[in-house]
Amino acid sequence: MKFEDKKGSINVVAPASCRHFLSVVKKFMAFACIYIAGFLVQAVARSEPSLRGDRVALALLSGKAPLWNVVAANAAAVRAGVQLGMTKAQVAEFCGVEVRHRAEAQEKATHAALLDVAWSISPRVEDTAADTIVVDLDGLFSLLGGDEEIARVLMERVMSVGVAPNIAIASNIEAAILVARGFSGISILPLGEEAARLGVLPVRVLSSDAEILETLDRWGIQTLRGLAELPVLQLSERVGQRGVLLHELARGARVRALVLAQSSLTFEEEMELDEAVEELEPLSFLLGRLLDQVCARLESRALAVQTIRVLFELEPSFEKDVQSLNDESRKKTAPREFTKVLTLPVAMRDAKVLLKLLRLSLQSDAPKSPIQKIRMTAEAASPRTAQSGLFVPRGPDPEKLELTVARLGKLVGESNVGVAELIDTHRAENFRVARWTCGAIAREADGRVRKGSRKRKAAAGVYAEDSHALTESVAKLSPAGFRMLRPPLVANVEVDGESSRRPSRVSFSGMRGDVIAASGPWRSSGEWWQEDGWDHDEWDLTIDFGKKAEPREQKLERIGLVAMNVNVHRRTKIPEPSPWPRHGVYRIFYDLPRKSWFVRGFYD
Amino acid sequence: MCSPHRFGFFVRSLMAAASSLAELRAKIELDLRGRVVSPFNYRDRNVFEVVSTGIPSLDAVVGGWPRGAMTEICGPPCSGRTSVLLSALAARTAEGETCALIDARDSFDPAVASAAGVALEQVLWVRCQNADQALRATDLLIQAGGFGMVAVDLSDVAPKIVRYVPLNAWFRFRRAVEDTPTILMVMEQEANAKTCASLVLRLEARPGEWSEAGSSRGGCDFLRDSMGRLFRGFEVGADVVRTRVQDVNEVMAINQFSSWRTAGFDAGAGSRLERVAGFKAATNWSEVRG
Repeated sequence: MKFEDKKGSINVVAPASCRHFLSVVKKFMAFACIYIAGFLVQAVARSEPSLRGDRVALALLSGKAPLWNVVAANAAAVRAGVQLGMTKAQVAEFCGVEVRHRAEAQEKATHAALLDVAWSISPRVEDTAADTIVVDLDGLFSLLGGDEEIARVLMERVMSVGVAPNIAIASNIEAAILVARGFSGISILPLGEEAARLGVLPVRVLSSDAEILETLDRWGIQTLRGLAELPVLQLSERVGQRGVLLHELARGARVRALVLAQSSLTFEEEMELDEAVEELEPLSFLLGRLLDQVCARLESRALAVQTIRVLFELEPSFEKDVQSLNDESRKKTAPREFTKVLTLPVAMRDAKVLLKLLRLSLQSDAPKSPIQKIRMTAEAASPRTAQSGLFVPRGPDPEKLELTVARLGKLVGESNVGVAELIDTHRAENFRVARWTCGAIAREADGRVRKGSRKRKAAAGVYAEDSHALTESVAKLSPAGFRMLRPPLVANVEVDGESSRRPSRVSFSGMRGDVIAASGPWRSSGEWWQEDGWDHDEWDLTIDFGKKAEPREQKLERIGLVAMNVNVHRRTKIPEPSPWPRHGVYRIFYDLPRKSWFVRGFYD
Repeated sequence: MCSPHRFGFFVRSLMAAASSLAELRAKIELDLRGRVVSPFNYRDRNVFEVVSTGIPSLDAVVGGWPRGAMTEICGPPCSGRTSVLLSALAARTAEGETCALIDARDSFDPAVASAAGVALEQVLWVRCQNADQALRATDLLIQAGGFGMVAVDLSDVAPKIVRYVPLNAWFRFRRAVEDTPTILMVMEQEANAKTCASLVLRLEARPGEWSEAGSSRGGCDFLRDSMGRLFRGFEVGADVVRTRVQDVNEVMAINQFSSWRTAGFDAGAGSRLERVAGFKAATNWSEVRG
């Protein structure tokens, strides 16, 4: 059954009982079309803001060298006289016309950016063409307002990604597409006025088929109104079903379902450079531009960057070029690449912070050759919540702290900044330095306030467990600190006897002392199957250093004899009392494989 | 009595002066905006919010660590500085705060810290190689802000080197933490920050205490002397050298002394109970060797 309304017929087959329902649905159905006029030119201008606008004449070349031809030009270039198909030499004669090569990567990125903008408005999006996106506006009126509001929001968001769109809103998809392709700026097609408003458009907006356009031209049909006034039956007899389809389109009566596009969480931007860049300053300028584009796309979808991967395609070195001339097989080798991956502990969207992190990373590890091409891929994640709880203590700002940690990594080395994680081993250095994860803290901080206090109580419980050695009062004591000496100091140890091996006198770092009390030996060995296995006998010793407690070097520094180069033994008076203790509890160990004594650290 | 005319003139003069003063004040506030929060409001710089040190007897004397101020903990090696640091870190991390430890000579032992109750995942550890790196790292971390405590461990750096740290560096640190909830704790062998430090403690420790030797555990003398013994800890005393920490209701006096005992444990080779197991193994080994 064909359902007809007052304005014309539409191809919806439905039972008679559904007529009222369909008329209600049709009344509220609306679609928006985003169309980028001169898509190729705008895609190139998107990565070069100086080329945007109608004042700059821009022509794009494509093809294989040296047969480059003009494939696209903006209005200013056309006004200047540039025509499609011109050669590079012909275009070069025009003064003030900027010439660029067509960039497919940038076209792809621009298209992805348009899709992101569409998804920021509605989840129901159709990827119609590279330059055309259709959005279902169903349910948006209560969120964003009327048609005008929605169109304005769409326009602002598309402009924010660096291209100038045509926006059209109509009751069906095809009418919206035709209006967007035919009228510049924002166009809103009221329900029932499709045929009247579309009538002024030329027939070439309907199809790019040269044969049918020629036929219509021979009939004297120039506009959609002329085509719509043709009888459908005779048109189908002469042109076939294609003619019927065009007739429906011309009347704005074609209805079809939306073909939904699937969204992705990977954002990619690419930039190919005419001249290779070697220094960090110009490179950071380009990276900043790419990051701005990525962050604008992320913002449009309310996402943030979790991992960012920058792939630099490097210029082949001179030596390789020379070799490749001699060796034919090397001519086709893949270009050298350099990858920099930035995994962030918290998802962020601040382009400036990301640029600083990338700069710091590149400063510590820069590519060895000039860069020809940059490809930036961002893995998106949901942005972090600013406040994780009312009773959580305020911590460092994650973005700022990540930058600080990167700067600290540059200062002391990346492996020397982070969080200590204990490893399940009996080795003395039973930890590793893990990456700082402030985000995890923010998420778990609320639970950790309670967990931390439990942990502290549990730590105190360590002393209370063994009731024969320590009383309950001892369990309330504060723990004794221990300082490691990295690397362990070599020590000379005198033992009581060959059989006992109990240390009686210890000297290290210019100090010598008698052992007052000792505890040991505590044997520890493990991982003998590896090169860094250990086999130690540990001792805890109270050492009385007497008057010679201060290390020799430190004493020399203190009394200033190093600089003056004075014989130490002739000087008898020391200006201030020694800060070094007379006694202390040290942990020393005997390394069985190396047959040497070392000082591991001391209690402090 | 002055005439009404003179009185009116006097009032008008006063009003003109008041309005010019108000304009002047507004102009000064405008000029200092962004640098000084409220230039005409008096703020007592000696009133600090204090938090627990994690050691009750020390809390009783100093009141706690002052927030937004610099605290110096000084003393020779083996005087209990690290014990104080671990107690402070454990107390802060138990409250859910994020802390930073700048380790000038890479001497921090995470295993001992964890056994002392420090939540390691809340401590940003910066392992430096010298004092210069440590001071630069301190500057960066204080500027980042948001930390509950920033501890700078210069304990193993030679006093002469720390003495060469210019005074303006300490002033900068003090100014950076002012009006923030951050506790800046500097640990060194002698106090160097002068008036920049709001609290200076000097520590000293008594000789270590050992558990009694197990006379019944072996037949040899060295076994009775060493193998049955365990390090139990040592007593630490803290002398308040300087304090400007003034609680709202209480004024602290200098030259107060506090002492407490620490408990020794072994976290390097596992728990203390594993040490007892190690004792048995060592007995077997010594019997074989003997």
